Amino acid sequence: MHKSLKLDPNKCTGCLQCEMACAYQHHKTFNTSRSRIKIFSFEREGRKVPYTCTQCDEAWCLHACPVEAIVRDPKTGAKVVLEDLCVGCKVCTVACPFGTVNYMAKTGKVQKCDLCAGDPACAKACPTGAITYVDADWTGLGRMRQWAEKTDTNPATV
Amino acid sequence: MSYTKKILRVNLTAGTCSAEPLNLEWAAQYLGQRGLATKYLAEEIDPKVDPLSPDNKLIFATGPLTGTAASTGGRYSVITKGPLTGAIACSNSGGFFGAELKFAGWDMVIFEGRSPKPVYLLLEDDQATLLDAGHLWGKTVWETEETIKTTHQDPLMRVSSIGRAGESGVLFAAIVNDLHRAAGRSGVGAVMGAKNLKAFAVRGTRTDAYAPADPEAFFAAVDKGKAVLAANPVTGQGLPAYGTQVLMNVINEVGALPTRNASQVQFEGARAISGEAMKEPRATDGKTNLISHIGCFGCTIACGRISKMDPGHFSIKGKPEYQGASGGVEYEAAWALGAACGINDLEALTYVNFLCNEDGMDPITLGSTIGAAMELYEQGLITREEAGMELPFGSAEALVKLSELAARGEGFGQVIGLGSKRLCAKYGRPELSMSVKGLEFPAYDGRGLQGMALEYATSNRGACHVRGYMVSPEVLGIPVKMDPAATEGKAPMLKAFQDLTAVVDSAGICLFTTFAWSADDIQPQIQAACGGDWSMPTLMAAGERIWNLERRFNLAAGFTAKDDTLPRRILTEPAKTGPQQGKVAELARMLPEYYQVRGWTPEGVPTPETNARLGLVP
Repeated sequence: MHKSLKLDPNKCTGCLQCEMACAYQHHKTFNTSRSRIKIFSFEREGRKVPYTCTQCDEAWCLHACPVEAIVRDPKTGAKVVLEDLCVGCKVCTVACPFGTVNYMAKTGKVQKCDLCAGDPACAKACPTGAITYVDADWTGLGRMRQWAEKTDTNPATV
Repeated sequence: MSYTKKILRVNLTAGTCSAEPLNLEWAAQYLGQRGLATKYLAEEIDPKVDPLSPDNKLIFATGPLTGTAASTGGRYSVITKGPLTGAIACSNSGGFFGAELKFAGWDMVIFEGRSPKPVYLLLEDDQATLLDAGHLWGKTVWETEETIKTTHQDPLMRVSSIGRAGESGVLFAAIVNDLHRAAGRSGVGAVMGAKNLKAFAVRGTRTDAYAPADPEAFFAAVDKGKAVLAANPVTGQGLPAYGTQVLMNVINEVGALPTRNASQVQFEGARAISGEAMKEPRATDGKTNLISHIGCFGCTIACGRISKMDPGHFSIKGKPEYQGASGGVEYEAAWALGAACGINDLEALTYVNFLCNEDGMDPITLGSTIGAAMELYEQGLITREEAGMELPFGSAEALVKLSELAARGEGFGQVIGLGSKRLCAKYGRPELSMSVKGLEFPAYDGRGLQGMALEYATSNRGACHVRGYMVSPEVLGIPVKMDPAATEGKAPMLKAFQDLTAVVDSAGICLFTTFAWSADDIQPQIQAACGGDWSMPTLMAAGERIWNLERRFNLAAGFTAKDDTLPRRILTEPAKTGPQQGKVAELARMLPEYYQVRGWTPEGVPTPETNARLGLVP
C-alpha cells in the first residue's frame, strides 16, 4: 500500500518543527534552509500553509531529467533524486509546475521530498497533526468522515 | 556543541564589523542568552553609563537551545542598560529571528557606539554589512521589514527593527521581529534608536555552525519534553486555545486584577476583554476577534494570538492596513490597555496592540502610563487643554488617540512616551506611578498575590512577571498550591523560581514551557546540547549566579535596598473587593527573609560568602 503526505493548513501553527526534522533527516543539520518541506505564512489572512512535493504519477521532473537522475522508488512511489547521477542542470526545477524541486548551490545537486523511504520525518515531528502520512488512495477519508458525521441518518418522524 | 562559538562585534561609531570567538569559560558559567550577554555587558560597560549614550551597548543573544529542534527553541534576548529604569534590561522575544541568527553562525551580536547616520545591519552567514537606512527612518516596523526583504529580494530573511517609537525616544520602545513578536519591555528599542540602528536583518544558510554534543541523548530528551508539553492541560490545551488570555477571568476572580491604575483589584469589564470573549462572535459583524493561533519557531505549544478586527470599529474605519489579520492581544496587553485604563472595548485594545507591534512599543508600560494619566486627569492635574482631549477612565477614544500620538512621538504622546514614573513625577504625584525601579508592574495585583508582590519588589529589571512567576503556585498550583494571602514560604519559593527562570531565559527556550516542564525536563536537553558538565547542581548554580550578577550590576548602577519596594498604593490602600478584600502587600514580612535566603546582607548586598560560592569576583 502506498502512502501520501497529507497536509492540513487548518491545523498548522507555523512552528517549523517539520522543516527542522526534514533538514536534520537529510543533512544532519539544524537549518530550515535545507528543508524540502516549507511552511508559508499568509500574514494578512493569519494562515500558515505547509507545502511540499505531491509525488506526481507522471512526474514532470522525472521526465525532464536528461540523465535519468530522478527515479521512482517502487516501495513508496516517491520520485527520488539520485545524487550521484544528478549533474545540477536544474531542468527539473523548471519543469516542476509546483516549485518543489530546488537546486542547492552548496552541493551542486537538486533536492526534493523523498518521503524518507516511507517514514517521513516531517509527519513524525508535526505536533498538531497538520502533516500526516496516510493511505495514498484515501487522502479524502478524513474530510468524507467530517461530512458523513453531519449527515442526518435519523430524520425526525413526520 | 550547540554554540556556534562565534560572536559579532559591530562598532556603529566606526562602522566596522568584526568576528571574535565566544568566551567558552563564561559560557560554562552563564549558559547563554540572558546570562552570558549580561556577563559581557557587565564586563564591558560602566553600570553608571547613560543608557542612551554611545557608551551603552546593545546585545542580541541566542542560547544553546536556540535554533535546535527543542520545543520553543527559537528565543533570543536583547540585553542592555535600560533607559526606563537605569537597571539591567533584558527582553526576550520569540518568532523566527533568533533561530535565523544561529543558522547564520552567530551566538551573539554586540552593538557598540552610535552611528553618525541611520543604518541597518545585514547579516548573511559570515557576511556582515552596515547599510544606509536613511530611507527607512520614519517608517514603521511593518514597512521596514517589507522594504528590507524586497530590497534584497529575499522573503526568507528575518528582520528585527524599531518603529517610530524607538526613533523618537519613547522610553518603553520595543524591538519587534517577524511583524508581531517583540523584545518588549524596559525600552530596549529606545537604546537601538539612540544608536541610529534602525534594523537588523539576518539570513542563515550554514549547515556546519553547531550541532548537539550528543545527538542521540538530545533527541531523546527533546522528544520526551514535547510529550510532556502535549499531555499537560495548560500547555497542551489552555494556551493553544486561549493563549495567556485564559487568565483574564481567573485573575479577576481571585481579586488580583489591578484596575483603573490599581485603585481597584477587580474589573467589571474583565469578561468583555477576556480570552473567551475573543472567541465569541461580535455583536457588530458576527465574526470573532480571534481567527487563529500560531507558534513561534519550534514551539509545540502555539499560544500566539492572531486577530482580525471589526472593519467598522471607529479606530480603523477607512484604514485597510489594520483590517487584515495580525498579532492579537495577550493577557498582559489586554490588562494594561483594558483593565488598567478601565476600558472594556476589546476591538480598541486590539487596535492599540497592532499599533504597539507596528511602531514598537511595550503595551504594558503604555497602558499603565495611560491609566496613570487618566487618574491624574480625573484629579484635575492634567487638563483637557494640555492633553488635547478628554481623558477619563474608560475612554477607548482617548486610549486610541494617545497611543497613536505616543507611537509617533507627537503632542501629549511625548509625555506618555516617558513612562508613568516620569509622568507622575512631572505632575507632583510620583506615588501614582504603578512601577518598581521605573518599570510598571503587569497584570497581577500585589495585594491579592503576596508572592507576586515580593517578585515585583525584587525583580532585577523592575516590576515584571517573567522573572519569577509566583502566579504559578499562588493561583495555578504549579508545582504546589500556595495560599496567595500567605507570606510564609514565599521567599524561598520565589528564589527557586527566579533562578530557574534565569536558566530558561539563558537556554534559548520559552518560559511558558515551565507550566509543564520542571528542571528535570530541561536539564537533560541542555546537557545533551552543550556537553561538558550541565548536571542539575551546575545548572541551578548558574541560575543563581546570573541573578546575583544582575543584582550586582544594579547595585553598581546606584540602586539600593530602598528600591526593592512597591508603589505606596499597593502597600497601604487595602483591596476593596474580592477574596483578598482588606489586604495590602505585606512586603516587610517577606523581604528580610528573601535577602536571607539569597545570601545577601540586610542591606540587600550579596555577602562575600555568596560571591565566593558562586564564583563572582567581589
